[in-house]
Amino acid sequence: MTTSAQKKPALTVNGLVKTFDVSAPWLNRVIERKPRQFVQAVNDIDFTVPAGGCLSIVGESGCGKSTVARLVTGLHRASAGEIRFAPGRAGAPLSAQMIFQDPYASLNPRWRVKNIIAEPLRELKLRDTSAEVIERVEELLLTVGLSASDGEKFPHEFSGGQRQRISIARALASEPEFLVCDEPTSALDVSVQAQVLNLMRRLQDELGLTYLFISHDMSVVRHMSDRIAVMYLGRIVEEGDTEELFARPRHPYTQLLLQTIPNITAPRRDRELATGEVPSPLKPPSGCTFHPRCPIATARCSAEVPAVRALANGTRVACHLAVDEPAGA
Amino acid sequence: MGEAEKAVIDVRNLKVEFPGRRGTVTPLSDISLSIRAGEILGVVGESGAGKSMTGLAIQGLLERPGRISGGEIWLGDRRIDTLDDRAMEQIRGREIGAIFQDPLTSLNPLFTVGSQLTETIRLHLSMGKVEARARAVQLLRDVGIPAPEERIDHYPHQFSGGMRQRVVIALALSASPKLIIADEPTTALDVSIQAQIISLLRRLCKEKQTAVMLVTHDMGVIAEAADRVAVMYAGRLIEIGPVEQVLHAPRHPYTQGLMASIPSLGARVVKLNQIDGSMPRLDAIPAGCAFNPRCVYAGSRCLRDRPELIPVGDGASACWLNAGGTA
Repeated sequence: MTTSAQKKPALTVNGLVKTFDVSAPWLNRVIERKPRQFVQAVNDIDFTVPAGGCLSIVGESGCGKSTVARLVTGLHRASAGEIRFAPGRAGAPLSAQMIFQDPYASLNPRWRVKNIIAEPLRELKLRDTSAEVIERVEELLLTVGLSASDGEKFPHEFSGGQRQRISIARALASEPEFLVCDEPTSALDVSVQAQVLNLMRRLQDELGLTYLFISHDMSVVRHMSDRIAVMYLGRIVEEGDTEELFARPRHPYTQLLLQTIPNITAPRRDRELATGEVPSPLKPPSGCTFHPRCPIATARCSAEVPAVRALANGTRVACHLAVDEPAGA
Repeated sequence: MGEAEKAVIDVRNLKVEFPGRRGTVTPLSDISLSIRAGEILGVVGESGAGKSMTGLAIQGLLERPGRISGGEIWLGDRRIDTLDDRAMEQIRGREIGAIFQDPLTSLNPLFTVGSQLTETIRLHLSMGKVEARARAVQLLRDVGIPAPEERIDHYPHQFSGGMRQRVVIALALSASPKLIIADEPTTALDVSIQAQIISLLRRLCKEKQTAVMLVTHDMGVIAEAADRVAVMYAGRLIEIGPVEQVLHAPRHPYTQGLMASIPSLGARVVKLNQIDGSMPRLDAIPAGCAFNPRCVYAGSRCLRDRPELIPVGDGASACWLNAGGTA
């Protein structure tokens, strides 16, 4: 997996922008003389996901990471920019499927599990006869570690981890080569989280899947991904190989994120913390959006938006002050 | 427990039952724990293990028809599990403070932060308006809210998530309680804010010598905040001890599996250690040790007899492996 950078990209995203209109209703705007208001949820981001690899997007709530997942799967229309999937095994563009965060909300409680998993097969007419559909459903249930008889049950008869297995089986029904996983384990307990993460890794090896993984949990991200992109207020501030990013974070925000993760092996119990919170995306700060919280900010940071620069080690970083370390340093 | 006389809260063999149409379920049985002044006890477990319910039972907030059917709860020298609702109202807020998970729902959106704080202060301490307001400003300053003189007249929606949780902490502290029960206080917050709240809780606990019961599912939070840890599984306490021992040398197979299943920030492994299966439902708890269907060490004794907490090292663990000999 170390050579993932040389692999062909499965997904290329260029200059992606998503703006949401959050203006007050028309009448309020006229009476209260309020201007229209927009939120730049995703602001000019570029990234590629290597085929068979896993790119994770991390960031705090409101940074736009889930919006990226929805843009990639077509649940939102992009305001600008392009999203391009490479041709898959059959020559047609890759098909993407999505696994959602909450397995309690994403499965219809009134449907039997076999019908939940069969829905994509029936909708997309991937199997001709109902016997073939049933056969495929049973195969999928076994793939995700459930038994074929579980298809007769309803979602409420399963625990959280088993439900997430059902949503993985449903996502795999149409034989996608690309899976977008939006916080797939954050609703699960740790012992169950390990089961689901192991299953996802095994499926990646067996089926050659490519993952775009969205999470706020740095330890999960480190376990799953080859590359990591850190988002802050709609922009990617740093993107690099997992090991490199953890060993030598270049952007001050990545450094802050890594410092603040509670560490079980080496707890920092008496640390002094810089205060400060994520500013409102309605009025992002000028220049580099991180400058009010940044310990090393200069005058230039509040005036000029930093461009994304590629460093020698393959990391891309959007910071005026990040410097290229000489090789071997 | 030898230092029981110094304990702020002492729970002895607590048992909670919910009678229902299809029989009685027992979400908590045989819980014994105590917390001293200035100590943070972390309570961990999976969802449904009974950790929040332990907190609710101590506060007398069990929803009917749930009731305490056995054991005793002592707050200092006073037994509180037998008190009626009115007496418990005097204790909640005055002697036991509470911090809940979601700061947005635990504050009233229609009143300013200041009026909610002064109301609580005046309810529990005999203070005049001016005096109570001064105390409210001081509390906001203590929890690290900048410009408290101005912020006191703001409404909850004018605060961010982290600041709102600080206000909730100020509210819990308003009558200088002896015990604070914090139920998942950082779960709704982002990591960089979570770290701020943890260090704030820790500082206040040590400064004001308050006993804190910190309920969470996040082992990282426990590692950074707690002095001692209690691990719960299927309504029982299965391991309790100092944080270093429980996290780094756990004696119960469940705690061992739990610690091994957390992805590490240090080294990367190909496959995470996983505990197969899931926690049993409360109406289908197996005989013997409740963990036996998932346990790799389970022997014939584990299927038959339920282990009690057995002292090991500086703590105690409910597993036959620690009783000497084999399971």
